[in-house]
Amino acid sequence: MQVATGKSILNGIAIGPLRIYKKEETETTVTSGLTPEEEYTRFEAARVKAQEQLGELYDKALDEVGEENAAIFEIHQMMLEDEDYLDAVKSIIETQNATAEYATETTGENFSAAFAAMEDAYMRARAADVKDISRRVVNILSGREDADMLSDQPAILVADDLTPSETVQLDKTKLLGFITRHGSSNSHTAILARTMNIPALVGVDFSDDWDGKLAVIDGYNSCVYIEPAPELLTTMEEKRSNDLKQEALLQNLKKKPNVTLDGREIKVYANIGNAGDVGLVLQNDAQGIGLFRSEFIYLDSEDFPTEDQQFLLYKRVVETMAGKKVIIRTLDIGADKQAGYFGLDKEENPALGYRAIRICLTQKKIFKTQLRAILRAGAFGTVSIMFPMIISVREVRDAKEVLEECKAELRERGVAMGEVEIGIMIETPAAVMMADELAEEVEFFSLGTNDLTQYTLAIDRQNPKLDNFYDSHHPAVLRMIKHTVEAGHRHGCWVGICGELGADQTLTETFLRMGLDELSVSPAAILPLRKKIRGLDLSKEPET
Amino acid sequence: MKKFEYTITDPLGIHARPAGLLVKAVKALDSTVTIEKVGGKSAEAKKLMAVMGLGIKQGDTVAVTVEGGDEDASAAAVEKFFKENL
Repeated sequence: MQVATGKSILNGIAIGPLRIYKKEETETTVTSGLTPEEEYTRFEAARVKAQEQLGELYDKALDEVGEENAAIFEIHQMMLEDEDYLDAVKSIIETQNATAEYATETTGENFSAAFAAMEDAYMRARAADVKDISRRVVNILSGREDADMLSDQPAILVADDLTPSETVQLDKTKLLGFITRHGSSNSHTAILARTMNIPALVGVDFSDDWDGKLAVIDGYNSCVYIEPAPELLTTMEEKRSNDLKQEALLQNLKKKPNVTLDGREIKVYANIGNAGDVGLVLQNDAQGIGLFRSEFIYLDSEDFPTEDQQFLLYKRVVETMAGKKVIIRTLDIGADKQAGYFGLDKEENPALGYRAIRICLTQKKIFKTQLRAILRAGAFGTVSIMFPMIISVREVRDAKEVLEECKAELRERGVAMGEVEIGIMIETPAAVMMADELAEEVEFFSLGTNDLTQYTLAIDRQNPKLDNFYDSHHPAVLRMIKHTVEAGHRHGCWVGICGELGADQTLTETFLRMGLDELSVSPAAILPLRKKIRGLDLSKEPET
Repeated sequence: MKKFEYTITDPLGIHARPAGLLVKAVKALDSTVTIEKVGGKSAEAKKLMAVMGLGIKQGDTVAVTVEGGDEDASAAAVEKFFKENL
């Protein structure tokens, strides 16, 4: 057994024979027998053809890996329209009486070398993109097609480097995983592999005699075992089969509605804590984001984040969700969870203290900066605003008034904004008792069951001594939820849960019977929850 | 000629995607737009690879020059683009 290490792209296991792929080195004729005009016409025709192919690849990628990741092929198309690039090709054809093939190849190498020499790792990775587009044009010009990278048998592909277009074009049914010598973990190829859920290692120093040998990629430990020992192989096969089960569940549920056997529908959204989680949301096929905790923007910052900084982050999330609902909870910070520059006093009882909406309605400038950023992001998709820690109707009216002021300011500045839905968190017993009145003010309720439970039971969640007294299924909490749903529905509000209780499968049936419209849970809990929902039948007597 | 400065807030800097969007936006204008990395190279904004080649990162300040055509409208459009995307 031999072990080699690299950088892992995906936490997964791949088992199978290795297949080493080498790109054909082709001889390019340098001097042309045609006139420069004729050569340039050939180039132009091949370039147009390449653009078409890239357009098709874009559509394929859009379907398989989503808009954000497909964008690279749009960039490739634009690179092929780049004036400097076209000028360089033309100049080589004219001054050296060169063939279009030679001119394209040379230009590709020159531009690629310029990127490869840059300081920034991200830009260095772009060298592969330029080579990729140039090779495409040359292949069209010479009527050559790259050899099939995979044979008929499924294999782990081993190559010096893979371009994004090679990665997307690979036949996924025969690709178990891949290993490259070059490439970085932030190359587009790596990103695509991650999105397509293919175990991959980059930066592996492989040797040619690996070809055909059995190997295991262990993405969890960033290594590859060649001719693995039998015990190791068994362990890895078990790990792999667990991963496959999870994956099968995903494939099974993807794009299927969340309805019970008797036809009751409920929305399943995801909770996220930062912009990077959006990938997980899409991977797990959530219908929207039910709770976007905006605190991270403040906690990751050295000073109050500006309107523009916040806007860019929200916009990125909203755009990536492509029209699906994104519920942004306004700042929920307090003495227990604060950024230094807020300068909040230490408190005896932070859970009951100066926090969340209480800070926002006192320090309006901070609040307004965030609200304007959210309104602006609303122009790029479907956005809802949710106010936390509400106890009274007056707070909701005050918050809405501040929101109106923000709209007026943006209107005056002539900045685009979107229609946003307004809702509140129901996480205090006071809000539950006032639910009828509060529902008149807003369009939705989202139950924050973690806080609601601790406030209702008067139990500090942080105190381990109280574990014996804590009961997350306490009838008082369940009655609070039921009361909230009924009050909300009486006044036309939809009602969801965004606390941990939403993912508790022993309560899923109860929640459906109560009439909840939405459950928002962590991305990892989405699939199991959806499976549970699709197996329930509410027309039958509840099991007790 | 109109000129403004802008400091990049996008964590990735002017990476491929916003560079592509920028080129698209600038090509639609009737003015010549030049981006200069303050204290560094400059590039015409409609040339994708040149713009990427500037290697502009988060925190870098760029000076943007708009010349010819409807300069006021073009400068406003480009400035808006920077604020929203970079």
